[in-house]
Amino acid sequence: MKLTMASSPHNHSHKSLSRLMMTVIAACIPGLIAQVFFFGSAVLIQLVLALITVSACEAAVLQLRKRKVWPTLSDGSAWLTGVLLALSIPPLAPWWIIVIGCMFAIVIVKQLYGGLGFNLFNPAMAAYVLLLVSFPVQMTSWLPVSDLLASPISFSQQLSVIFNGFTSAGFSVDQLRVAIDGTTMATPLDTVKTDVAHHLTVAESMSKPLFNGWFGLGWGWVNLGFLVGGLYLLKANIINWHIPVSFLASLAVCSGIGYIAAPGTEPGVVFHLFSGATMLGAFFIATDPVSASTTNRGRLIYGALIGLLVYLIRTFGGYPDAVAFSVLLLNMAVPLIDYYTKPRTYGHGVK
Amino acid sequence: MTLFYALIALGSLALIFGLILGFAAVRFRVESNPIVDQIDTILPQTQCGQCGYPGCRPYAEAIANGDEINKCPPGGEATVKKLADLMGVEAKPLAGGEQAEPIKTVAYIREDECIGCTKCIQACPVDAIVGATRQMHTVLIDECTGCDLCVEPCPVDCIDMLPVKETKQTWKWQLNAIPVTQVD
Amino acid sequence: MEKLIDQIKQGKVWPFPGGIHPPGQKQQSTTQAIARLPLPDKLVVSLKQHIGANGKLIVEKGQQVLKGQALTKPSGNWSVPVHAPTSGLISDICPMPSAHPSALPELSVIIEPDGEDNWCELNPVTDAKALSHDELVDVIHQSGIAGMGGAGFPTYVKADTRKAIEFLIVNAVECEPYITADDMLMREHADGIVAGIELMQQLLSPQLTIIGIEDNKPDAIAAMKQAAQHNDSIIVQTVPTIYPSGGEKQLIKLLTGKEVPSGSIPADIGMLVQNVGTLFAVNQAVYEGKPLIERVVTVTGNTIHKQGNVWALLGTEIKHLLDCQGFSPAPQQRVVMGGPMMGFTLPTVRIGVVKTTNCILAPDHQELAEPGDEKACIRCSACADACPASLLPQQLQWFAKSKEYDKLNEHNLFDCIECGACAYVCPSEIPLVQYYRVAKAEIKEQQAEQIKAERAKERFEARKERLEREQEERQNRHKRKPAAKSDDEKQKVADALARVKAKSDDTDSKSAVAAAIARAKAKKQGAELEPDNSEVAKERAARKEQARKYKEQKALEQGEESVDKDDKKSAVAAAIARAKAKKAAQATESQAEAEEAAPVDDKKAAVAAAIARAKAKKAAQAAESQTVAEADSAPVDDKKAAVAAAIARAKAKKAAQAAENQTEAKEDSAPVDDKKAAVAAAIARAKAKKAAQAAENQTEAEEDSAPVDDKKAAVAAAIARAKAKKAAQAAENQTEAEEDSAPVDDKKAAVAAAIARAKAKKAAKEQAQSDESSEQLDDSSDTDDSKPQVDEPESSEDKKKAAVARAIARAKAKKLQQEGNDKS
Repeated sequence: MKLTMASSPHNHSHKSLSRLMMTVIAACIPGLIAQVFFFGSAVLIQLVLALITVSACEAAVLQLRKRKVWPTLSDGSAWLTGVLLALSIPPLAPWWIIVIGCMFAIVIVKQLYGGLGFNLFNPAMAAYVLLLVSFPVQMTSWLPVSDLLASPISFSQQLSVIFNGFTSAGFSVDQLRVAIDGTTMATPLDTVKTDVAHHLTVAESMSKPLFNGWFGLGWGWVNLGFLVGGLYLLKANIINWHIPVSFLASLAVCSGIGYIAAPGTEPGVVFHLFSGATMLGAFFIATDPVSASTTNRGRLIYGALIGLLVYLIRTFGGYPDAVAFSVLLLNMAVPLIDYYTKPRTYGHGVK
Repeated sequence: MTLFYALIALGSLALIFGLILGFAAVRFRVESNPIVDQIDTILPQTQCGQCGYPGCRPYAEAIANGDEINKCPPGGEATVKKLADLMGVEAKPLAGGEQAEPIKTVAYIREDECIGCTKCIQACPVDAIVGATRQMHTVLIDECTGCDLCVEPCPVDCIDMLPVKETKQTWKWQLNAIPVTQVD
Repeated sequence: MEKLIDQIKQGKVWPFPGGIHPPGQKQQSTTQAIARLPLPDKLVVSLKQHIGANGKLIVEKGQQVLKGQALTKPSGNWSVPVHAPTSGLISDICPMPSAHPSALPELSVIIEPDGEDNWCELNPVTDAKALSHDELVDVIHQSGIAGMGGAGFPTYVKADTRKAIEFLIVNAVECEPYITADDMLMREHADGIVAGIELMQQLLSPQLTIIGIEDNKPDAIAAMKQAAQHNDSIIVQTVPTIYPSGGEKQLIKLLTGKEVPSGSIPADIGMLVQNVGTLFAVNQAVYEGKPLIERVVTVTGNTIHKQGNVWALLGTEIKHLLDCQGFSPAPQQRVVMGGPMMGFTLPTVRIGVVKTTNCILAPDHQELAEPGDEKACIRCSACADACPASLLPQQLQWFAKSKEYDKLNEHNLFDCIECGACAYVCPSEIPLVQYYRVAKAEIKEQQAEQIKAERAKERFEARKERLEREQEERQNRHKRKPAAKSDDEKQKVADALARVKAKSDDTDSKSAVAAAIARAKAKKQGAELEPDNSEVAKERAARKEQARKYKEQKALEQGEESVDKDDKKSAVAAAIARAKAKKAAQATESQAEAEEAAPVDDKKAAVAAAIARAKAKKAAQAAESQTVAEADSAPVDDKKAAVAAAIARAKAKKAAQAAENQTEAKEDSAPVDDKKAAVAAAIARAKAKKAAQAAENQTEAEEDSAPVDDKKAAVAAAIARAKAKKAAQAAENQTEAEEDSAPVDDKKAAVAAAIARAKAKKAAKEQAQSDESSEQLDDSSDTDDSKPQVDEPESSEDKKKAAVARAIARAKAKKLQQEGNDKS
């Protein structure tokens, strides 16, 4: 029997790329359940659409680039991108939204830069921003939580809305968004922002049925779901604590200072932490290793700056949520951060 | 009048900045090697003349004066790349179509065939061959640059260019190149 | 300092960043005591088993050696001796695959044990305290002890350090999975190790000695604590199990909180690290007088039936170890020397155990899976988190792949200890360490090349300077002599000629002629001027150009076969040239006279002729030098001189013949185109030279046979003669060809000849590279004769003669080729 030569180490931790990605996807499940519970099973339709699109796009590009399709596709990175994008968009958005988003994420943001590991930006977030900028109406058409709906809609009706734009009864998404009290519902972040702009106090705004006193109905639970998943990722040693902790801490500090400075117009720490995409962003998006900072000190800076930007854009910017924008902006700063946060090598800087 | 003030303001601003710039240029001047020296350090110093110039330094001067950077076969593609970086031009393949990664060689005199003509000694650009008239010559392996210049003049063709032997120090971890055997 | 020592005594450790927790896999090899193996059939003792130079071989093949007898003695820096591991016969001393990742052959002494295992005379020391520092160091040195932890650094160098040592650190960590050699040694020989430590304390007098042991070895910790109880200055420190805490620098950080500055050695900060195995060997060397001839090796892995530790004699083949412990190899079996993290696979099991071999690991594919395909790096920086040196492995990997060596240096690649932690945790299974090793090797090579280039430059410039100086001196000397004038003039004329040539629009012949003249010039000046590179470069360029021209010519030739007008013209021109040359030759031998006698327009031709003469003279000289060389080699009688004279005569005859040829064209005295004439003359010269050479070779061959009494020389001579005959025949053919080709366009002929020459040389080179027999393409009958000449031992004189004969033979082969090509 012939001997084999190999390079040391001959041992491996058995951590593999696909297992890593699958664990992250699995960690999305609590948040996904919460979303399904509060916003209907349309999320699942979006998820399936996303997975089909990313797989097809990834396979097609790999084929064009003359790479082996299955080994790369099976690493799961494309699927994760699809899942994150599906979780980010309004569940009743028309089918082409998610398809365009996934195509853009995979073909342009990921593969055109050289594939996994070479993309400068987080594909899911870049796609989200593209969609948000190009299709603002569809991308902000969030339904109120199902409890508040004037008429609960069935799964088949959701399917019909996604693919035809109308339910079988002929209601459009906008019509569906009309709540019990006859007003069009927006997301909690949107509501507070609009109300403050209309010179209402936050307390007044929060007294609306959309809120439960602390944060938006449903949204808080969804965030909690992602927090649980994120904690699991931390425990499983898939992500480092640096980015989520510094992100959330920075957001908390900023919103805390804001609340102290202007209690009337500032919704406060808990609202910021459990609204919008905060937890999804902190644990699943900002921690995307490819586009995040790679040094521990750098990660702290990176997370903190994202938190700061999220707060600033939410409070002073034109858009209600800001996770995607903040992450993309900081993606651009990563090379600089990494360069200036190189750890001190053993034996250097000592006398 | 307004025009006049504006002119004075702009003029004095220009003057001030000009002075600052001038001062900075003098104060923070970075001493850099003349380009010829920099090129010369990149060249492999084999002094082989394959570039068409009598030595590396003349070629360095020629490059500085605009000659092509791809005329150095002993340096291979690595040298061309470095020169391209330094000169800010495109790297191109070697002019003679030589190998991108030249095999390093040293001259070896088959000593029992050497007739002691000293022709190779005269040809060697780095004095790496020792010997005397009608005495056997030999190559100082450590000093030989592998330039081939001694091969031509030898009247009895007793000089070979042998590839440099690999040692543990120069081994580059080509594990796949190691012949493996059966377990026996 | 006091505070630090207190902290250490309280058991404080300073964790280093990173580190991993691979499965230990140590239990299976610690169940049994260290076993003794039966004597192997042969031992392969490599001369170099450490960092540093080889010792000097002091035994020879066929010698009987005793166990413990030194095989080499130290010489040069950092060389340590090796010793015979058992008594027996040295059956061979030859290069064998070495215990190194490259397995490159290393000179090894192969010993066939006689089974007696007889020790040589041992000189144990009973009272080490009585020994002086130098004596003790010498014992360690002569016992051949080198670091047994893995690196193999000569222990005597460390023991002899002139630096003040504050902490002596004993490395008993053994952090690599699977390996238990140190663990078992400590369990069984703790007293011996402590005795070794005390010897080191005597040498280095450190303030504190810390023994670092990982907490997964409770038995060893207990044994060492017990053994070191009596010595207050020895502390057994338990450290957490984390890989790579056994790395020298990591251990220093772990035990003292200090870092060794990059590029320094531990001794620079008052630390010295020794492996327990090394200390035990020191103890053995001093108190028992036994040199280092055996060590504990862990033989483990799932394909081994009896996993455990054994005392292995240095030089024992791995195969013996595997066989003794029971080994059932799997397909694609890996046999690793060292542990799973830093060990290297062996390409053969016929490699001997060396001083640094601590483990032989033969895993199956379940316990240590084969590496999977490398995937894309996702910059997860798990590697950076695992790196004990706080490097950024994924950055290094990018730079290594793109060969950005400056960036690698900037990111401190050379602080990487190649522990493999990064590759272990990489989810993309990138062989990071392999990339670093290759990059390191390449950077080192580049640095070496840079140094070499600088030295080459220095030497080149020094040489240039020297040559310039010499030339200047010579010129100064010449200025004083009036005779030099004519020389100068001659050169001027030649220069002018060259210029004219260069200017002429006759592009075909231009380069060839110019090159020829340049060559002639250079030759003439050979004695006084240095042949500078531009000359060779020019020649090379000319040759290249000729090759190209030749192709064009060939294409043209096919079309212009019938151009007779040109032929006539050139024939006439050639005739004129010959006449001129003849005239010039007749005139006188001295240049001045020639110039006077010749008509003014003939001057140039005369010069050309003179050059030709000079060349002929040179050729004659060369021939002479050859004969003289032969004369030196053999006790000479008059015969030799006669031969030399004969050669000279032959040459003269040839020259005369050439002259005859020239007379044929004497009658013509028309006004001459100088260019053409020069060309013709050049060709005539080349031919004459060739003919002269042929003649010379022939006479030499004959002369060779004359003084010979030896068979071999006779054979050689016979071959040479056969060749000469052939050459002569060829020469005849050639003269015919010459006559035939005379009317042919001279230019073409010149070019063709040049190409033929180039080709022949190439062919000859190829032949020379293959062995003697294949060199003689034409006479296959010669091959058999020439062989014994190579095989049988010869006296030095005969050798020389034969060499000369061979050289001549080669030259002839070259010639034959040329002629063949000329004809074609």
